[in-house]
Formats: sequence, structure tokens, C-alpha cells
Amino acid sequence: MTPFTRLSGIAAPLPVANVDTDQIVPKQFLKTIERTGLAGALFYDWRFDEAGQPMPGFVLDTPPYDKAVVLVAGDNFGCGSSREHAPWALLDFGIRCVVSTSFADIFYNNCINNGLLPITLGEADVAALLADAAQGLVFTIDLQNRTISCGGVVRTFEIEPAIRDKLLAGLDMIGETLARAEDIAAIEGKLERAMPWQPHIKREVVC
Amino acid sequence: MAAAKTLYDKIWAAHAAPFDAAGESLLYIDFHLLHEISTPQAFAGLRAAGRTVRRPGRALALFDHNIPTERQADGLDAISDPVARIQLEALRNNAAAAGIEAFQIGDPRNGIVHVVGPEQGRTQPGMTIVCGDSHTSTHGAFGALAHGIGTSEVEHVLATQTLRTRKSRNMRVRFEGEAPAGVTAKDFALALIAKIGTGGGTGAVIEYAGEAVRALSMEGRMTLCNMTIEAGARAGLIAPDETTFAYLKDRPAAPKGGDWDAAVAYWRTLCSDDDAVFDQEIVIDVAALKPLLTWGTSPEQVIAIDGQVPDPRDIADPVRRASAERALDYMGLEPGQPIAGTPIQRVFIGSCTNSRIEDLRAAAAVIDGRHVAEGVNAMVVPGSGLVKRQAESEGLDRVFLQAGFEWREPGCSMCLGMNPDRLAPGERSASTSNRNFEGRQGRGGRTHLMSPAMAAAAAVTGHLVDVRAHASAEGAAA
Ligand code: SF4
Repeated sequence: MTPFTRLSGIAAPLPVANVDTDQIVPKQFLKTIERTGLAGALFYDWRFDEAGQPMPGFVLDTPPYDKAVVLVAGDNFGCGSSREHAPWALLDFGIRCVVSTSFADIFYNNCINNGLLPITLGEADVAALLADAAQGLVFTIDLQNRTISCGGVVRTFEIEPAIRDKLLAGLDMIGETLARAEDIAAIEGKLERAMPWQPHIKREVVC
Repeated sequence: MAAAKTLYDKIWAAHAAPFDAAGESLLYIDFHLLHEISTPQAFAGLRAAGRTVRRPGRALALFDHNIPTERQADGLDAISDPVARIQLEALRNNAAAAGIEAFQIGDPRNGIVHVVGPEQGRTQPGMTIVCGDSHTSTHGAFGALAHGIGTSEVEHVLATQTLRTRKSRNMRVRFEGEAPAGVTAKDFALALIAKIGTGGGTGAVIEYAGEAVRALSMEGRMTLCNMTIEAGARAGLIAPDETTFAYLKDRPAAPKGGDWDAAVAYWRTLCSDDDAVFDQEIVIDVAALKPLLTWGTSPEQVIAIDGQVPDPRDIADPVRRASAERALDYMGLEPGQPIAGTPIQRVFIGSCTNSRIEDLRAAAAVIDGRHVAEGVNAMVVPGSGLVKRQAESEGLDRVFLQAGFEWREPGCSMCLGMNPDRLAPGERSASTSNRNFEGRQGRGGRTHLMSPAMAAAAAVTGHLVDVRAHASAEGAAA
């Protein structure tokens, strides 16, 4: 995973609440067996008509936002389906940070697992950043210091230290967990003794 | 004395070990459901890193999201879309290579992941269950801690049989009172989402309690837990009881003999202590509920069937007002118009929310000799091959077919429209599924979510209609 340290660039404003992952990547793009190549799928139904022709006016197709690296969105961003294609498509488009007043749980985790930074701020701050984004101001994000700056204003955001470290280091989570094989074996053994009737255990013991 | 625990606390304590000082835990996963959409990249990731599946026996692979609902006996040859076929083949091959059991396309045991797990008795109280699908919350109906995960997490579970996660908040929702005729578990779910919003449960695990929940069948409990994710919560839970045990007894993967007694004895301990503290508690009086449905493009945009479409001008919050205006425009509705009487063109009875035998019985009871209205296309998609068989043995297929419904083979179908079943632009549908997002059931399609009985009543009248005013309302609500 690519480490996330500092990010600087244009932010696109999307003042819509409850943007669900069906909007971020519509179903027809979920048949892929790859993680890449989804930039064109991002917000597809808002950007292209039924014949696949571009519909003018959507923020991410309107310069300078076609080069956006940050998205500032309304409350409860990423709700709905667990499809990880949503952060994959955002990243493929070039967006590495989303700012909102809140994120849906699964989407949040999916972002972290792909090196995309979700920043949660209060309503007033998000409203101000939406206005800054609409003016085309440059945003600078410093994850080490937990700051987002633009137009001369520096705001600090909260993020779990463990999550910050993970993003900063671009860690291979699975490798890290596998290094704790003894801990895994301990819980596994405890559970198998506590619930020996579980169907999977029965089957594995038999064969 | 140990502090009082909630049901969630108990399952968590049995499965979690601290991972780091910052509060992250390793959560051991008992059962992992796989389907074709959210797994190919996970297996590819494992292969690229030279890793193996730790416990293949704890996983089960099913084919549901992408498959056509016709000609399934042909197996993969039923799939004409080459891209979909590659994805389905990938799951078949990945499961076989890893030694993971799979119910193939055309196997009557195959169906929607969240229908099959419980039906096979694989979903059991006290388990942790995950799947790369947000409606994994369904399995919470059995007192299992079950939630959706993304593809990177699928890969993590395959490799380590654990998740790295942190504990959620405890929230309890009590449904009290007795549900009036025509009010079902679907209405309980819609009432809750309308009350707390689609972000209302964020960061929480919801335990459903109260006499109205106790009175629900397992099918109803699954419907309720299924839509927990639409309230933004991580998972929904219901403490197991006699209803749960009766449902599980003698299912293929349920414990047998002495194991059964030991299991039930353990399952009986799975309830919140009387003095357990919840971070948040909500009470809903179901006696005051009416049959509900959605009017907009978010599951929180809910009204009663005898109500009027809201006026965005009455909404103070500017972002919410803008969302409501956009939804009205998309749905082709006017503020203040009575929702009943709105003509529909399609009816979809299916999805992991409402495609179980009881749902099909409720819908069939409303039809009662009538015919689908002219100009309406109505479809029933059973949740699994076994649900389909059961319905056929009860003659429900004939009720639907004689009424002019299409009787399909199992799958997700028009719930998300990845297969050929989908709405045309502007078409309005009465649907028993769980999401009414823009374009969810087909680009430009207009979805109203409701219970199976309400959807069946809409099919035979040709418009959104109050099932209580319908001649068979009594039978439908039973
Ligand atoms: S029926 Fe719909 S909601 Fe359920 S698993 Fe399938 S696509 Fe997801």
C-alpha cells in the first residue's frame, strides 16, 4: 500500500448528503476482477448519459476539478453497499482524501485499507471547506501533524493514532497480523474447545 | 463481581484479543461467506503474496449477485454476459484451489448468501460471521455477530481467519407492543431508519429487543437485522430463544445428538444481562405503526401508505432539503401528493430482505385469485433453490403464475440489477428489497421499498395501495 504522508492539490466540492456507494460506482462495473481501471466508473451515472456520452456539468469533469486530489462531501459519505470498488475508483481517478462530517463504517475501513485518507470534521468546518473548494483553492494535508490547510487557515482533525500510523507507513496489514500467529492460534483453540459443535470444526476434524 | 455485559460484549469477549496498545483487537471469525463480486481481488492478492487460506473449512462460496434467474440447470452456460462469466468462473476456481466448499450454480442449495447460511444451519448463535457484503447483518437474527467487510478485509480473513477491528458502541432498539394487521418486520425496519436516519447507527452494534421482536419468526427477525446496515450500524443482533432453536434443529449443519444439547445450553447464555448498560436506547411502539414504504432515494425517506409525499420546504437543514428536492425530481413525485394511488409498472418480490418462504406465503395470500394489473410486470425471485422447492411443494408457484407473475430461479436479481433483471428508465417499482438508491434497480428506475404483502397488493391493483384496505389484508398479515 502506498504510504500517505502529505497531499497538496485541488479539492472538488460535492455538497450532497448520504452519497451511497451505488452512486460512487454503479453495479455494472462490479464485474471486474481487477482493482484498477475504475476511474471512468466513478460517479458514472452522474457523469454519463444512457448512451455513455459525457453529460457536462458534473464537478469532477469541470476544470480544475478534473485534477482534484481531495473530495469534500456531505454527511454520511459512502453509505450502502460494502463494495471496495468505491475507494478503488476514487483512487484511480486521483482522489486520495475525502472530507465529510461522517463516513459509513465499512467504507471508512475500505479507505484505510487502500491508503485513502477519510477526514472527519465538524459541520462548520466542512461547510467552510466546501466554500474554499468551490473557489478552487489549493488544499494541503499533513497527516503526521493532522492538519488540513487552505486559504491561510489551518485546521486540525482527529484520527485514531493506529489508523494514522497504518496510513503513514503504508503497512501490509496481513503480514503484520500473520506475525501474530500465536495469538490467532490461541483464540482459535479456545473457541474450538468452547464450541466444538461448529460445522466447520466437525468437518475439518473428520477429514 | 464481573460487570454486566450486553450480548454483543459477550460474543466480542469470546472472540477478541488485544492487538495493540491503541485499542485495536484481533477478532476471530467463525464463518466466512464468499460470493463472486467481492472476492476475486482478494484471492488474487493472496496469490500475489504467496499466501494460503488459513481455515478453508470455515468458508462457504455461493453464486448470487451476478447470475441470471433462468436456466440455472445449465450451470455456467446459463450466463451469456462474458464479463460476468469470468467473475463466476473465478470464484469457482478460487474456491476449488483453496479447498473451500462451494454450492455451484444450479445446485438447489445455492442462493443468496444471507438466505443460504441460515437455511443450511451454518449460521449459529454466538458465532462471528463476515462476508464481503453489507447485508451480512442479516445473520444477527440468530444472535451471531455478523457484518459486512470490504475486499481487503476478505483477503485478511482468508489469510488469518481474523479481522483487525475495534469494538463498536452498544445500542438497543426495543420494539414494544403488538403489531397491527398489515405491519411486518419490514415496517419495523423502515420505522427505525426513518427515525434515526441512514447514519443513525454509525459506529454501533444494535441489539433488537422487546416483545414485538420476540413475537417475530426467524424470517421476520432476519428481515429486521438485514436492514440494520441501512441505519448505518455495524451489525444487528437478536438474542437466541426457542424460536431460534426450533428453526435450527435438524438443519444440515446444525449440531446433532449430544452436540445439540451442549450447543443449546451454551446458546441460552447468549443474552444481555438484565443490568447491562447500553450507550443509546430507542423504543418504538409498533402498535402505532402503519404499513410503510419509501418515497425517495434513501431508505430513510419513509412515509405511511396513507400519507402524503413530504414538501422539501418543510425541511430546515439545507443539505437534507436539497436531497429531498433531488429525490422528488428523480422519483417523479409532487410534494403533498398522496402516495397511495401512484401507478407502478414493476413489482419485485425477492432479495436477502424478503425472499424466504414466509415472505412468499405473505405475498401469495394477498393475491388470492386475482391477476396482476394490466401493464404491470411482476416477478418473484426466491432466495435459494430450496426456498423455491418449498414454495412449489406448497403450490405457491401456481398462485403466482396463475396471477401473471414471473416465477424465477434464485439470486440477487433485480435487488441490484447486475443480471439482466432491471428497471427501465422512469419505470416505477414496488420492491421488497432494501435499497432505493438512484439507479439501484436500473438506471433511472424508481424504487419504492415495502413489505411482500404490500408489493403483492400493488401488483394486483397496479398502483401503490394500502394492504389493509385490500380484501385479504387479514390473511396477508398473519
Ligand atoms: S439480495 Fe441485494 S442486498 Fe442482498 S446480497 Fe444480493 S444484492 Fe446484496
